[in-house]
Amino acid sequence: MPFPKLFTDNNGGILTPYINQECNELKNYLKLEGYEAAKKALAMPAEQVIDEVTRSNLRGLGGAGFPAGRKWSFIPKDSPKPKYLVINADESEPGTCKDKYVILGAAHVLLEGIIIAARAINAHTCYIYIRGEYVEPAQIMQSAIDEAYEAKILGKNVLGTDYALDVYIHRGAGAYICGEETALLESLEGKRGWPRMKPPFPAIEGLFRSPTIVNNVETIAYVPMIMNKGWEWFAKLGTERNGGYRFYSISGHVNRPGVYELPVGTTLRTMLYDYAGGIRGGKKLKAVIPGGSSSPPLRPEEIDVKMDFDSLAAIGSMLGSAGIIAMDEDTCLLDMLMVTTRFYHHESCGQCTPCREGTGWMDKILNRMLRGGGRLEDVNNMPDIANGIMGNTICPLGDAAAMPVLGYFKKFREEFESHAKTGKCHTGEFTSWKPAGKG
Amino acid sequence: MSLKLSSQSMQRVKEVMTHYPNKQAALLPILHIVQEEMGYVPEELEADIAEIVEVPVVKVREVLSFYTLFNRRPVGKYHIQMCHTISCTLCGHRDLLKYIKQKLGIDVGQTTPDGKYTLSVVECLAACETAPMMQINDKYYGNLTPQRIDEIFAGLT
Ligand SMILES: Cc1cc2nc3c(=O)[nH]c(=O)nc-3n(C[C@H](O)[C@H](O)[C@H](O)COP(=O)(O)O)c2cc1C
Ligand code: SF4
Ligand code: FES
Repeated sequence: MPFPKLFTDNNGGILTPYINQECNELKNYLKLEGYEAAKKALAMPAEQVIDEVTRSNLRGLGGAGFPAGRKWSFIPKDSPKPKYLVINADESEPGTCKDKYVILGAAHVLLEGIIIAARAINAHTCYIYIRGEYVEPAQIMQSAIDEAYEAKILGKNVLGTDYALDVYIHRGAGAYICGEETALLESLEGKRGWPRMKPPFPAIEGLFRSPTIVNNVETIAYVPMIMNKGWEWFAKLGTERNGGYRFYSISGHVNRPGVYELPVGTTLRTMLYDYAGGIRGGKKLKAVIPGGSSSPPLRPEEIDVKMDFDSLAAIGSMLGSAGIIAMDEDTCLLDMLMVTTRFYHHESCGQCTPCREGTGWMDKILNRMLRGGGRLEDVNNMPDIANGIMGNTICPLGDAAAMPVLGYFKKFREEFESHAKTGKCHTGEFTSWKPAGKG
Repeated sequence: MSLKLSSQSMQRVKEVMTHYPNKQAALLPILHIVQEEMGYVPEELEADIAEIVEVPVVKVREVLSFYTLFNRRPVGKYHIQMCHTISCTLCGHRDLLKYIKQKLGIDVGQTTPDGKYTLSVVECLAACETAPMMQINDKYYGNLTPQRIDEIFAGLT
């Protein structure tokens, strides 16, 4: 994998310097005070570590945004069972491509975060669940783990203490649903990735029926800096309830697609126009997805929104995994919704009827509309089907499939109506298969 | 253990089983090891694998068919997997797919008669910032253009 380019603001970001100085190698990380934060954490009571992270307002960066420190505090202290830490490196929400930057460039930062988090919840085993396609990132992660064992940073006596910690990589095998935390646990146990009913939540009964914390790669990678510089520093960088910086993946019709580490709360306009260089070919923006393909799209007049969990929720979308996808004025939104719905249909585990059937129907209808066979009732039926899925399934994949449908039909209804009425794509001459905006 | 693999692979199987508190959890890693050695997971090995991880054969089959990365049949020497999800579609994936189909003379899901190439389309590979992109065996290739595709293919021996 070619070493990726990472962009940030004038202050240089938080993780970016480590990535740019190749902290996937131990010698480089040690030059930058590597593992000092872990030493500090190992000398503190676990509650104090949790408290530090809670106050920093670090939110889970895998999609749901649950406060990281609070999640850790749910682990029962008196349970005699082993506790597990699981790192979610499944990275599969379309539009999102950030966690590989941490692994490729800063695997040791992630390992240090793992030591701190494990210690906070008293786990002695950690599994890193990496998507199966990430062969090279898995190799790089493994060599960082090997270096850490060699240097006695991992193993029986972590950094010279009597704390024991083993870290193993577990490779996925090509299933988006395995990013959902309970499906991930099933997959780790050697089964199909079928989500479990909650409760019990993993913190009470997770991997091998033991208390388990599942955290995203990026979430854990910010932990060492929080321990080093203190919670106030991190909290101050972000917005009121959402601390720090985070990675924004920007793709689609922009001049400079890439992954950007920026302060939480930077506006979407700034990201698209100042950082990502605006829309390709000087074209106008037509729609933008702010948080991975499951988040409802925004219209161009909405892009002054601050990119944090609360601000996006307030305007009916979501920040999710911060995968921004920009679409120019020539894009057929029906086509983009079809591609999105096809994805969720393909990736549904098939366990719940509304998700399995609903995603299939929506995919079929959108395909028919796209081929010129749209009917006016489709414009109402599609949101009806989506509403029938919302909230009626075991896991949030059903909602993830329904939300974009509801969003596109609400914000761009006229485009779907015109497809249904005329059997033609609004963008020009009708072809049975209008290709997406040309690259 | 009656699984017929090279001694090196068997060593890896033994090692990976020490990573988990029970045997079944080693199923995915073992399937990866088998596929790395054979290129796919042959049906004849399913029973042996099931025995090692102590689950019924049907569970092994269930897992094999659930995960798209496991091949149950041989694929070409080079398995080309083009991403057809949203960012890659926006950046012109369809034209490039057409180009590759013409170049290889095969359709999606087919293997060239000489067994060299298999062509597939896959869902988002998390390299959307380099869209349009594809994966060939273990490697990612991004920012594709017809010219770049020619160069990449010329490098495959
Ligand atoms: C269908 C689905 C797919 C998901 N995919 C991922 C993923 O690829 N990576 C990830 O970190 N979280 C993913 N999540 C979120 C996880 O379930 C979980 O919330 C997260 O890993 C928790 O880590 P965090 O609190 O650090 O964000 C997904 C959720 C759903 C419902
Ligand atoms: S919502 Fe869909 S993916 Fe989730 S458990 Fe139900 S069928 Fe499976
Ligand atoms: S959409 Fe193609 S890699 Fe994500």
